[in-house]
Amino acid sequence: MSKKDWWIFLVTAFLIGVFPLVVQPFRSVSHYVDVMVFAGIFALVCIGLSMLMGYAGQISIAQAAFFGIGAYSSGILTVHFHMNPWAAMPVGAALAGFVAWLLGIPALRLKGHYLAMATLGFGVIVNIIMNEEVKWTGGPSGLVGIPGLSIGGREIFHELAWYYLVWGFVFMGLLFCFHVLHSRVGRALRAIHEEEAAAEAMGVPTARYKVQVFVLSAIFASIAGSLYTHYMAFINPSSFNLEWSIQFLLMVMVGGMQSLWGAVLGAVLMTFMRNEWLHVFADQEIIVYGALLLIVALFVPKGLVSLLPRLLPSRIFKSSGTREDES
Amino acid sequence: MLTVKSIHTYYGNIHALKGVSLHVGNGELVTLIGANGAGKSTLVNTICGLIQPRKGVIEFQGKPIQSLPPESIVPKGIALVPEGRQIFATLTVEANLQMGGYIHRHKREQIQEDLHRMLERFPILNERRQQLAGTLSGGEQQMLAISRALMSRPQLLVLDEPSMGLAPLITKEIFKIIQELREEGRTILLIEQNARAALNIADRGYVLETGKVVLQGEGTMLLQHQEVQRAYLGKGAKQIVDA
Repeated sequence: MSKKDWWIFLVTAFLIGVFPLVVQPFRSVSHYVDVMVFAGIFALVCIGLSMLMGYAGQISIAQAAFFGIGAYSSGILTVHFHMNPWAAMPVGAALAGFVAWLLGIPALRLKGHYLAMATLGFGVIVNIIMNEEVKWTGGPSGLVGIPGLSIGGREIFHELAWYYLVWGFVFMGLLFCFHVLHSRVGRALRAIHEEEAAAEAMGVPTARYKVQVFVLSAIFASIAGSLYTHYMAFINPSSFNLEWSIQFLLMVMVGGMQSLWGAVLGAVLMTFMRNEWLHVFADQEIIVYGALLLIVALFVPKGLVSLLPRLLPSRIFKSSGTREDES
Repeated sequence: MLTVKSIHTYYGNIHALKGVSLHVGNGELVTLIGANGAGKSTLVNTICGLIQPRKGVIEFQGKPIQSLPPESIVPKGIALVPEGRQIFATLTVEANLQMGGYIHRHKREQIQEDLHRMLERFPILNERRQQLAGTLSGGEQQMLAISRALMSRPQLLVLDEPSMGLAPLITKEIFKIIQELREEGRTILLIEQNARAALNIADRGYVLETGKVVLQGEGTMLLQHQEVQRAYLGKGAKQIVDA
């Protein structure tokens, strides 16, 4: 990790850490902690997706499906098989990773955006399975009676505990991704994104890397899905459909594709918009999303995160310049 | 070192290379010239594994490589300086060079050492090592592309139209670098449209026309050849207006 990223990491961790203390005393905003739990879960999905989009240059329209695979794996294993939630989570992640691998091998060997097409179809298939396999998934009416998570024999019940748990996962995910990006593998990924043919000429196995990043993004989404399941204690297929896959894409694009911080920012911002600020538009909110995407694509193509350095004192950024993702 | 035996490459139904054969010996500088669409880049891409030939054999140091993917060919010792440079514009100069040493996974010291050697050799790159590669001038980018390729410590260096899009003076400089590399004992396959400059520094040359090798021989000999002079050097053409 570069010095700049460490600074942002520490500052962000601090802000996230004190956030509940600031909002909880005020009644009208105290439920923001709950919103932030969801934002954290979505941020985890978006970090994985940002690795895929921003660094491997591929688009997946099935992140909600992988999110759902994690959610339903955790749900089904704990409800029907009484498995420990902490054991079910890696099972779901392994399943999601395996499915992504199967899907990625043919789709990513081809050049161009075949992955987008393949994942579009795949997302729909997964959603149909969730709706039809009533015996296991509960069908459209959902899966109920999912146990919560517990640490050391004590169930995590309080919203605050969930908040810190979920954001702990987010920061661990970020650390992991930063580590990957600042290694030889990360440099290779950026090279693929930049000039695929030239990367190949350097001896980079481009297809294999793209598959690996896709698998990684699926695993992130799946772990987020498991957290979601145990937090909600109830899941139904409508949380994992195409609309949600597109929501995840939007979050990453609005926040900024070329930066992991953009993924986090986008997830938080969009979650607040969806849950808090866009209620007035009711069914028309899709129009607002469309407008937002257009504005971002036209005026801030690098995402909102690219505007942040202008707001902050420039001292922090001067040491390494304002260039993005410097190794 | 490199032997290409009657290679046939297709793009779908288009027969791009119709039985091309060539040979590059150890320490030789061999050039391949030809007009647009003759199949020069197709041949390069076939050698480097970016396209697979339908028929024919490519042998590198005695072993067939025609069915290997590029990521297996690079470690065998072939490095490509791609057409149009194709540097990684949003990466720094230093990161570009490190990418060149990609195949040397666990040899950090070697990469560091090579990196310093490249920066010493091209002081302009040293000055700009922390700059994004996209901000370099065309000539500097070409130097970067060449040194990036050298970072993999190749046995054979393949240069695909290094003079493309460069000012004549810069082209001269790039050709000087190529000549220096040859004098250091490197084996080079140089693909060029600039026939005169390429043949001047090459040991041997091949002339490619519509997917076939139509002429081959020593560099200076080809320079004198009537066909080459007519087709590529613009001499001996019928004068329409007498000066």
